[in-house]
Amino acid sequence: MLLIACPWCGPRDETEFRCGGEAHIARPKDPDALDDAAWADYLFMRRNPKGRHRERWVHAAGCRRWFNVERDTVSHVITAVYPMGKPPPGEGG
Amino acid sequence: MSQPFRGASGGRIERARQLSFTFDGRRYQGHAGDTLASALMANGVRIIARSQKYHRPRGILSAGAEEPNAVVQLGTGAGAEPNVRATEIELRDGLVAGSVNAWPSAAYDVGAVAGLLSPLLVAGFYYKTFMAPGGFWQSVYEPLIRRMAGLGRAPSGPDPDIYDHMHAHVDVLVAGGGPAGLAAAGAAARTGARVMLADEQTELGGSLLGGPRLIAGQPAPDWVAAMAGELAGCAEARILTRATVFGYYDHNWLGVLERRADRLGPSGTPGRSRERLWHVRAKQVVLATGAHERPLIFPGNDRPGVMLAGAAATYAHRYGVLAGRRAVIATNNDSAYGAALDLAAAGIQVLAIVDARWEAALKAHDTIQALGIERFAGAVIQGALGRRSVRGVRIVKLDGRGDAKEIACDLVLMSGGWSPAIHLFSQSGGRPAFDPGLGAFVPGVSHQAERSAGAAGGTMTLAGALGEGYAAGAKAAADAGFGDGRAPEAPHVDAEAGLGVAPLWPVPEPAGGSGQRGKAFVDFQADVTDADVRLAAREGFEAIEHMKRYTAAGLGTDQGKTGNVNAIALLSAALAKPIAAIGTTTFRPPYTPVAYGAMAGRNVGALLDPARVTPIHDWHASEGAVFEDVGQWKRPWYFPQGHEDMAGAVRRECLAVRNAVGVLDASTLGKIDIQGPDAGRFLDRVYTNLFSNLSLGRCRYGLMLKEDGMVMDDGVTTRLGPDHFLMTTTTGNAARVLDWLEEWLQTEWPELEVYCTSVTEQWATITIAGPKARDLLHDLAPDLALGKADFPFLAMREATVAGVPARVFRVSFTGEMSYEINVPASHGRGVWESVMAAGAAHGIAPFGTETMHVLRAEKGFIVVGHETDGTVTPLDLGMDWIVSKRKDFIGRRSLARADIIRPDRKQLVGLLPLDGQAVLPEGAQLVLEPRRAPPVPMIGHVTSSYWSATLGRGFALALVAGGRTRAGTVVYAPLESGIVAATITLPGFYDPDGHRLHD
Ligand SMILES: [Zn+2]
Repeated sequence: MLLIACPWCGPRDETEFRCGGEAHIARPKDPDALDDAAWADYLFMRRNPKGRHRERWVHAAGCRRWFNVERDTVSHVITAVYPMGKPPPGEGG
Repeated sequence: MSQPFRGASGGRIERARQLSFTFDGRRYQGHAGDTLASALMANGVRIIARSQKYHRPRGILSAGAEEPNAVVQLGTGAGAEPNVRATEIELRDGLVAGSVNAWPSAAYDVGAVAGLLSPLLVAGFYYKTFMAPGGFWQSVYEPLIRRMAGLGRAPSGPDPDIYDHMHAHVDVLVAGGGPAGLAAAGAAARTGARVMLADEQTELGGSLLGGPRLIAGQPAPDWVAAMAGELAGCAEARILTRATVFGYYDHNWLGVLERRADRLGPSGTPGRSRERLWHVRAKQVVLATGAHERPLIFPGNDRPGVMLAGAAATYAHRYGVLAGRRAVIATNNDSAYGAALDLAAAGIQVLAIVDARWEAALKAHDTIQALGIERFAGAVIQGALGRRSVRGVRIVKLDGRGDAKEIACDLVLMSGGWSPAIHLFSQSGGRPAFDPGLGAFVPGVSHQAERSAGAAGGTMTLAGALGEGYAAGAKAAADAGFGDGRAPEAPHVDAEAGLGVAPLWPVPEPAGGSGQRGKAFVDFQADVTDADVRLAAREGFEAIEHMKRYTAAGLGTDQGKTGNVNAIALLSAALAKPIAAIGTTTFRPPYTPVAYGAMAGRNVGALLDPARVTPIHDWHASEGAVFEDVGQWKRPWYFPQGHEDMAGAVRRECLAVRNAVGVLDASTLGKIDIQGPDAGRFLDRVYTNLFSNLSLGRCRYGLMLKEDGMVMDDGVTTRLGPDHFLMTTTTGNAARVLDWLEEWLQTEWPELEVYCTSVTEQWATITIAGPKARDLLHDLAPDLALGKADFPFLAMREATVAGVPARVFRVSFTGEMSYEINVPASHGRGVWESVMAAGAAHGIAPFGTETMHVLRAEKGFIVVGHETDGTVTPLDLGMDWIVSKRKDFIGRRSLARADIIRPDRKQLVGLLPLDGQAVLPEGAQLVLEPRRAPPVPMIGHVTSSYWSATLGRGFALALVAGGRTRAGTVVYAPLESGIVAATITLPGFYDPDGHRLHD
């Protein structure tokens, strides 16, 4: 049971949250400019790394706000929680 | 005194309180403070169970949670509990227990003939012996094995007891209340930290309860009582006894099972929960879970009367019970010498110590000599004699010199060294390390915020346990932000040497042995022998996880607590690889079994899932409505009158709507209030069609796709103001749609200023539908202009309806003229009753969801979840008319994918069975050539199918490959009852031009 620090509510049990999958996948600005393969890549293809991973989470049974989480998929250690639209810690911005 | 093996004095039992209990139908006496195991032992009951595979008689091996043999069925009827360890069952008056794996009793077991089949039951027998001939598995082998391997009987009814869930946040959780745990909890609590100490036994003290140790010159129980008293005095400390820390999960979240009351038996308290499952989030954890003594592996080591040396000492000290009269002790370490002294003092005649080592610790050697105990050095037990109970041992020298010696005895005690109970450490993600000096796995590098202390960490002396406990408690508190981390000074205890373990893994074969020796068990519960492990190694199951699964070693309900290390060591020997290279299997929660009742807690019965009801629900119920579940909602399904059946009621309701007027409680429709300057632009992106150009007071049907182009939801959205919309969703998808809108707003389009609020429960929705609907609404809202031009189809008017301010939406799901009257929820019941009263003159009938479905299907209207299943696009549904070409929206690009525009995709069609009386079952597969040899290509399936009272025939909607080009084609549904032929039509059987809607 992960303990996730909601930026608005503080640390809460994982059962209050829902994971929205890999973060930082922007919807293409002009979908028509993409061929089927590129569109399918946006739609379906996700990383499944062993180790550091950035995911979107929503505090579904709390404030219902979305945010980003950097989590190690092996140790489950959460190394960062940061707002939507912001780059991962230590990567520009 | 009917307890022949109860000592005259001693033990922590209450001798004045006699308790009566039955085992396998026989009545016995015990005392308060006994376990079922100690009481059975006091009564001289040796055979407690039969082993799983061979049905060998089995007795009590241990005195704790690690017990593999003495597993019993507790209680009867609905309160029965299978597979409970007798060593953990607190004796109470009237307790009823029985063996789980024997018939009619453990002592006289018919299944023991299975032992004769033992050549068939070697490692991997599931995979080999019963492979052929085909069909025999189900008819013969499986029932046979199931009967032989009975693992207790399920309760006969729902659990009569209640269970609670508790939540705790602590600074330091200490698992285990022995010397190390008590010291840790005490040291942590002194800092003011919030401390929880959980121990699985009925009283604190752990190993101190099983021996005559002195702490600071006083009997150890005095120190235990003092520490317990100190903890009880700390406001921030909580002691849980009878509480097993069973699971260590991510982020220092642990599960603790606290046993509070018996079943609702004589001592049960009504209303009191039987068990509590604690969810504990701990900043720091101290694991002081002790160690388990290991058996030695020799033929007959499973015979009743062969047990662990430390356990026998515990039975003597804690329960005043003698495990036997004349004992032989076999060991490979020094701890057995202490046990020998304890047992001799308790009145057991210790005949000999068989020590695999040549040199034992000098002091221990001296003391046993003084007691006249014979010592065999460099010797092992070649085999235990006796079948139903041990009656002697054969002792041989390891070097083969001299003759084997037989000693008659009724008790054989084993000490194969001690394995730290690293289960919780392993569950926490830490990797165990092999300690060759200890011959056991110990905690390696921590993975979470925990530390081990005492025997759990491999420190086997009392002084070491106390010192580590105090240090661990102080450090844990400091890491949690309390105190300076300095350990309190530990009280004095007499020095001891270590165990001096000489690992004794391979079972020595007798010199010149024939190989015809008896079975030597590694895992008692799974009935795995040393030969099984070697066989697995020979057959290539060399990885420990493979060996485990092939032999089943460690797969019992005890998870191999006593057997795992021996099994690993045997594999290591068989492969000539070091144990450290073999590694250990992963321990998984729970440490000991947890009842489903405890996991469910109060979330059972009516509390399993919330039931949502509309403000009009009680009226429906009082009118005899039959309800159906739609998500969590209870919706009226149909309203039977008199002795009407469902078909009759639906037929009548349908005709009332088509010919007069019907009324439906549509309050469950999802309603989302959407406001903000960008609301229109936002709706353009989430719906396939345009909404930003919707006029004030007008409604529009919208279709929502997922980004893959598949239909997700539909509903009508109305513009209430320039920046204000009211969206409706399907009943079951309301929460999902709101989440969906929020996700896009927050994660993809934060620049849009839009606010979404669920108002589903704020409004009651009363839908009147039928040719008389306008007349009825006029009666209810005489001031509202209802002419075709004043209040057209797909418009909304605010009005006073039945004296209540309302929003009236002229929309239709039935194909009839229809008004959805929305009033504040608190007025829902009152307005409904006004509608019914005014409707009487118009022949009104309340109708339920079934009639609604029939009527909409007659119109060819889809229901998300019926006609769609996550693989259906708007093009498949023939709804291209709603897909805008002028703007982007979620899912639009996917509609251009090559696979989506294939002409042979399944498309929505209507079906009219050639036999007008036939009603196809929903889900029926459709084929073109029903009589050709299989495989017969399936070209589609029925999505909705009803009897139409209006059409006087059965009809259906279906998804059929290339269906729109097949109109007029006859397809077939091969059913169990015969083949039904049906003609493909366009979907929509009633008023196809919509005159009735627009009138
Ligand atoms: Zn929150």
